[in-house]
Amino acid sequence: MSTVLIVAESQPDGHLRKATLHAVAAGKDLAQKTGASLHLAVLGENPSALAEQLKPYGAAVIHTVASPAFTHYLAESYAPAVAALASSIGADFVGAAATAQGRDLVPRVAARLKAAMASDVLAFSGSGSDLIWRRPMWAGSVIADVKLKTPVKAFTVRTTEFSAAAPGGSAAEVKAFQPPADVASSPTQFVSFNEVKSARPELTEASIVVSGGRGTKGDFKEIEALADELGAAVGASRAVCDAGWVPNDLQVGQTGKVVAPKLYIAAGISGAIQHLAGMKGSKVIVAINKDPEAPIFQVADYGIVADLFKVLPELRAAIHGSKS
Amino acid sequence: MKILVTAKRVEDPESKIKVKADGSGIVQEGLKYKINPFDEIAVEEGLRLAAKHGGEVVVVSIGAKEVQEQLRHALAMGATKAVWVNHAGPLDPMSAAALLKGVIEREKPDLAILGKQSIDDDQNQTGQYLAEWLGWSQATFASKVESLESDAEKAKTPAVQVAADGKSAQVVREVDNGLTTLTVKLPAIVTTDLRLNLPRYASLPGIMKAKSKPIDELTAAALGVDATPQVEVVKLSAPPPRKAGVKVGDVQELFTKLKNEAKVI
Repeated sequence: MSTVLIVAESQPDGHLRKATLHAVAAGKDLAQKTGASLHLAVLGENPSALAEQLKPYGAAVIHTVASPAFTHYLAESYAPAVAALASSIGADFVGAAATAQGRDLVPRVAARLKAAMASDVLAFSGSGSDLIWRRPMWAGSVIADVKLKTPVKAFTVRTTEFSAAAPGGSAAEVKAFQPPADVASSPTQFVSFNEVKSARPELTEASIVVSGGRGTKGDFKEIEALADELGAAVGASRAVCDAGWVPNDLQVGQTGKVVAPKLYIAAGISGAIQHLAGMKGSKVIVAINKDPEAPIFQVADYGIVADLFKVLPELRAAIHGSKS
Repeated sequence: MKILVTAKRVEDPESKIKVKADGSGIVQEGLKYKINPFDEIAVEEGLRLAAKHGGEVVVVSIGAKEVQEQLRHALAMGATKAVWVNHAGPLDPMSAAALLKGVIEREKPDLAILGKQSIDDDQNQTGQYLAEWLGWSQATFASKVESLESDAEKAKTPAVQVAADGKSAQVVREVDNGLTTLTVKLPAIVTTDLRLNLPRYASLPGIMKAKSKPIDELTAAALGVDATPQVEVVKLSAPPPRKAGVKVGDVQELFTKLKNEAKVI
């Protein structure tokens, strides 16, 4: 029987990253289409708590891989362990969520396994040697169907395209895997992590996102006030992040975060193709822009040609009023 | 120090990409070509490091003879010499990494800087394959703490901090919830993110000088590399269009539609 191996990811505080549950859902889908068994890999200094958390999500086996070398994530220490595990269980497919970690790690694992790879996978179809991997190219302007021709195949999945796996069914068997010695000989050393802390929901998980662009001129107060009224996350266009007006990790777009909330409000964002690639999967899009020709209106369900500094407080007042 | 940088030829990111009716490729008529924007950032970082520490910047591109345009552009920006891997036909990240490994083993740079992805296939893999196959450190998605409007950027300070002994470098990386800093052992692979720097324009004297700079020609055969791609593109299609929306007259109408029609607030 063939095997799909999904690499789980934890937050810096050790908790499971929700993105992993989307990758598990993709792994289940792939396993079903290829008649494979789903396995998970959980790496860490002490990964058993995370493995315990993942038990009810439908995997057959969860492999815990423990090493002091895994205190901080490093591709050079994780890749040898994941590749050794994949080889030892005879995995045909190795994947993870297309997070910063997944994008950094999986190609390095693929290199060890001489596996071809598809990044940001949107869907799987077909089976056997006709298995098709659907993925975006040219910032989402083109959807490509590709085949991977190596015996072992690697992938990252776009989390917005697979609903998070739900708990239920029989619990996974947990097995410990002894990592190879070379995980401790990374030529790279971790120095520090400057986390951007926010009380608002995480951008990729929020059900509502309020984003600001160049039209804010760097003044995000009204964006943030509306976001807080709605319990929403705050996003931004590339121009705003490049200018240093808001932290980089708020960037929505092809090279930033890809989001698909039920409501996306774009204020003062013109709608460059790289930005649209990161949000056009949203269920409802609202565009607020003074320029009636702004490309953002082409993807918006509701557009309003007006000054965002007038629209946002009025909208916030209307929403607040409807609550009381 | 010797720095190797890449310059892939890609469609201008501002151009509208359309799929051919039969799904076999994209419509090429009217398209302009440029250096992959992430690679342009790699060239700039290489030039800043060479300006600070001394040394040379070698720029590499893989493709048919048109890629010489991108090599000349990087030479005009200030790169010392170019390596052209003359190769027709499709490439994937594995074959690109295999060819670059061959070039790196000949050139023996202290650091190789690549764009984190190219804006055509958007795979974001080549640097990682290359680092693993060379057994080198990797620092992907290189960025910096200072903004692109900071004084450090205006002074064209390199973001990659090479240690005084030249044996390691510190790199700030853009990750999901902030910035992380790594120390990589040199030689290493760095891949660039958007906010590492603002690439310079090629000056007129630079363009003139570039005409006499050397371009070494290599082939997959000369490098002893089998560059057969393992990712086969079967079919391209246009993404499903969003249905046309409406413009609303005022905020009250917007609020009513969001509440009663879309039911999202």
